[in-house]
Amino acid sequence: MKLFKRHNNVLPGFGLTLGFTIFYLSVIVLIPLSALVFRTAGLTWGEFISTVTAPRVLASYKVTFGAAMIAAAVNSIFGVLVAWVLVRYRFPGRRIVDALVDLPFALPTAVAGITLATIYSPNGWVGRFLEPHGIKVAFTPLGIVLAMTFIGLPFVVRTVQPVMEEIEVELEEAAVCLGASRRQTLQRVIFPMLLPSILTGFALSFARAVGEYGSIIFIAGNMPMVSEITPLLIITKLEQFDYQGATAIACVMLLASFSMLLVINLLQRWSRRFSD
Amino acid sequence: MSAPTKTYTAKSTTGRAQTEPAMVRWGLTAVALVFLVLFLVLPLAAVFSQAFEKGLAVYLEALREPDTLSSIKLTLITASVSVPLNLFFGVTAAWAIAKFSFPGKNLLITLIDLPFSVSPVVSGLIYVLIFGLQGWIGPWLQEHDIRIVFAVPGIILATIFVTFPFVARELIPLMEAQGKDEEEAAMVLGASGLQTFFRVTFPNIKWGIIYGVILCNARAMGEFGAVSVVSGHIRGMTNTVPLHVEILYNEYNYTAAFAVASLLAFLALITLAIKTVAEWKVRQQLENN
Repeated sequence: MKLFKRHNNVLPGFGLTLGFTIFYLSVIVLIPLSALVFRTAGLTWGEFISTVTAPRVLASYKVTFGAAMIAAAVNSIFGVLVAWVLVRYRFPGRRIVDALVDLPFALPTAVAGITLATIYSPNGWVGRFLEPHGIKVAFTPLGIVLAMTFIGLPFVVRTVQPVMEEIEVELEEAAVCLGASRRQTLQRVIFPMLLPSILTGFALSFARAVGEYGSIIFIAGNMPMVSEITPLLIITKLEQFDYQGATAIACVMLLASFSMLLVINLLQRWSRRFSD
Repeated sequence: MSAPTKTYTAKSTTGRAQTEPAMVRWGLTAVALVFLVLFLVLPLAAVFSQAFEKGLAVYLEALREPDTLSSIKLTLITASVSVPLNLFFGVTAAWAIAKFSFPGKNLLITLIDLPFSVSPVVSGLIYVLIFGLQGWIGPWLQEHDIRIVFAVPGIILATIFVTFPFVARELIPLMEAQGKDEEEAAMVLGASGLQTFFRVTFPNIKWGIIYGVILCNARAMGEFGAVSVVSGHIRGMTNTVPLHVEILYNEYNYTAAFAVASLLAFLALITLAIKTVAEWKVRQQLENN
């Protein structure tokens, strides 16, 4: 234990708790994830590339990442608006609305999926008003964007909200005293302070949407080349006992998650520098 | 704004400059609320409305069906194994990370968060790759007649994976914020390690634990993607509640599907309520320190 400088720490249990933490992390997370990487390494490079760049797979990336991008953008705009309204304005029922924002975290994805599919189907509560205008949501790529917006909704609100709460009144007062209009204050003082957290929220919402499965499959229609998301393709391959194909595509997804995790970590470090 | 002439008192200047005109405020609030109603309130209302569409008798009948009951039982078993394990892990990890300093701490925190960024489908797949028939130890397991994937242990393992970070990621920042002065004082005064934890640390992190556990439990009971990959969908045997909802829905048995879904929606509402209280208590406790 000489390796770890303990600085005369009188608290006990360091070795035991850290040991258990690393053991449990390895058994549950690291070893299983490494299985995926090792299984992919069993493929030749040519096999791997031809599997992960097959036309149907490429189409699924386009649908998944494209829809996730749109959904994250929608969530960034409305997320900032919702956070602003919750932090700055007072209206009856504000606390309930605030609590309700986390509903997509708490509501199981399958429930969200069947509900959105029902509401937005041509004779559903919302779908019946869209149908006459030629807008089809359920069973089209638009449905995928909708489901992804639903599950990503809390991320931007919850990353931007605490930063907004900590903006000091003095900064705005200073801007006003120096002759800034309200618009200038918002644009040049408040928005730059919020930007790192907005980008973090965008990235979190995007990352969640890319991996999402349960809420999407019910509303997507799941047509190959058109509205088939990558996670569904992995399951389809698995059901056809195409383990190699499933593994290779899953490895690409894992790589995408790792890159996004890296970006999110960098963004968070950046926003922390701003708040200090 | 009823004053006929502009008054340049300090109060009115800052007041106007720090908020928007009332019209804009109401407008923005209305847009935000319409967005939330459309995306949150409407789906929630739809679950219950669809569930009770054919009356209370049909609703109750759907819930009393044997396959539904067995799916509820399996979901309860899954949560009752995975939540305590992740709770124990969360507390030990938070103790090691928040109370001591060591190299590689940030890497460890990132790795603990990892399951959140992995797609649920991939989370399920990795266990199939290890324990499935074509997997690493699948053939050995079959020889000894042990079933892990497409059986209950696989469902539990996948659930543990997806709910892995919940308690730890709530407790680590909380315990870091509280520091270790109180624990050190207790140790110096002669308390044992366990006494220190249960009498000093635990009361401070109680609401943080409740917060983590309630979210961990909601995800454990509601997980769909990961569990779907490892379950094998055997009715009455390896179907959790969310998987049962899917089967009923795909059989066009909408009322029953929404009746079962309403149980999960109700769970979500309770989760949100407890979470809100816990959040408030944690904030209060941090301010008192």
